[in-house]
Amino acid sequence: MSTVQDHWQKPPFIENKLLRYGLYIVVFGYLSVTLVTLPVNWQRVAEGMERASRIFGGAFPPSFERSGLLIDGFLESLKIAILASVGGILLSVPLAFMAAKNISAKPIYLLGRGLIIIARSFHPVIVAIIFVKAVGFGPLAGVLTLIVYSIGFVAKLLAEKIEEIDFGQVEAMKSAGAPFLSTIAYAVFPQVMPRLVGLSIYQLDSNLRASAVVGIVGAGGIGATLANAFGRYDYDFALAITMVIVGVILISEAFSGVIRKRIS
Amino acid sequence: MLEITHLIKSYGDAAPVLKDLHLKVEGEQVVSVIGSSGAGKSTLLRCINRLVEPTSGSIVLNGTEFTTLGKRELRTARRRIGMVFQSFNLVDRLTVMENVQSGRLGYISTWAALTRNYPKDDIRRAFELMERVGIAQYANKRTDELSGGERQRVGVVRALMQRPEILLADEPTASLDPKTSEQIMGLLRDLASELNLPVIINIHNVGEAKEYSDRIVGMRYGKIIFDDLPAALGTEEMDAIYSGTPADERPSMGAAA
Repeated sequence: MSTVQDHWQKPPFIENKLLRYGLYIVVFGYLSVTLVTLPVNWQRVAEGMERASRIFGGAFPPSFERSGLLIDGFLESLKIAILASVGGILLSVPLAFMAAKNISAKPIYLLGRGLIIIARSFHPVIVAIIFVKAVGFGPLAGVLTLIVYSIGFVAKLLAEKIEEIDFGQVEAMKSAGAPFLSTIAYAVFPQVMPRLVGLSIYQLDSNLRASAVVGIVGAGGIGATLANAFGRYDYDFALAITMVIVGVILISEAFSGVIRKRIS
Repeated sequence: MLEITHLIKSYGDAAPVLKDLHLKVEGEQVVSVIGSSGAGKSTLLRCINRLVEPTSGSIVLNGTEFTTLGKRELRTARRRIGMVFQSFNLVDRLTVMENVQSGRLGYISTWAALTRNYPKDDIRRAFELMERVGIAQYANKRTDELSGGERQRVGVVRALMQRPEILLADEPTASLDPKTSEQIMGLLRDLASELNLPVIINIHNVGEAKEYSDRIVGMRYGKIIFDDLPAALGTEEMDAIYSGTPADERPSMGAAA
């Protein structure tokens, strides 16, 4: 009776054996079925390889001949990114407060969450296609797209930060009889300010990247320049643009990283 | 004068946390409320300014019935009750002056609050009070640069900025070391008589309670079972206040003494 156990095993993640092995079988079964039934036309792949080699062949060496166009495109992207970041953040702040459970009444909370979910549910490219249809080709569509994109990210994360604050400070303002907005300004805003600054810098950086993508579907900026270059089979110019995009994004990422580290 | 009658607070269907309390505080009395954790001290204090909504009963401060106030009336009425917290509840990222002035938020417009455009009278009063408790030199410092004792002084000044008719202190010294703790208790006692202000203090340290208060209220599981001068609090009374567990109070578990 008094023998001490010297054998111990970590309990399995899923205790029920049937459920555990059943789950493994289902997952592997589904994966193999998908792989087998995926329509891959190997002949087309082979032809594509040839086309790819032609594109890459045409792309070397990259051509910076029309660098004026490239710079114009970039400046437009930068403008789109900055305008969208400012607009997006200005809209995100009230939305985030609406979508914070500990601040807002239930109906307002649901409205705020709903708006954020809508802003998040579509990839910027899809939003861009809609805005290009709505307001026409050009940077305005890009700005509107990236505003929606910024709201989806900044408002959501800011709302989560607001839900994590130390509520004691809010209680202190309440017990002094402070009105709602004053309470927000004194007890909540200072607690989420560093996060808001960090998110904003990250979003500016992210918008610059996204502005290159949404440009391809007609929303202005360097993406539009890139799409045009491809359309005209100027693969060497397209490579030049791509290289500059990568360079600029590397720089902006390093820059925003340094700033975010400084403020936290 | 604060008069609490028939105060009951219960959460859902569970046994009430406060069971028909009566308490009357007047003048410049310092009243310490003692009792083990879970006795309902904090709930009692928070019911007074309705940070916790009382279930039933009456709370009257100098003629105003607090329990029936509407949302807007409650906000203006809360200005008349100052509160000091265990964890200070200061805004770390704001300066001491901004924290002190936040006690006036119920009086000034949101715009004035946002632009930090405080009335001259308030600034003068802030400096007077900060001078009184010895933190005037920190006016422009961020509160997270201050020590615990200094931070609680900011908390006290913030509450006094409201020009309250009563001061509630919810375990104001529980996060402080013994020496600082005594200084804060002494400060509360002195301010009570200087400003002619009744003070109710929740406190765990019975020694400090006896030394710094005019009256001691002992709570045990939602009831006041002792209410007298500090000198009357003997070993027997202490045992009564701190004995037993909440389970003893449940009729279904009648086994306990």
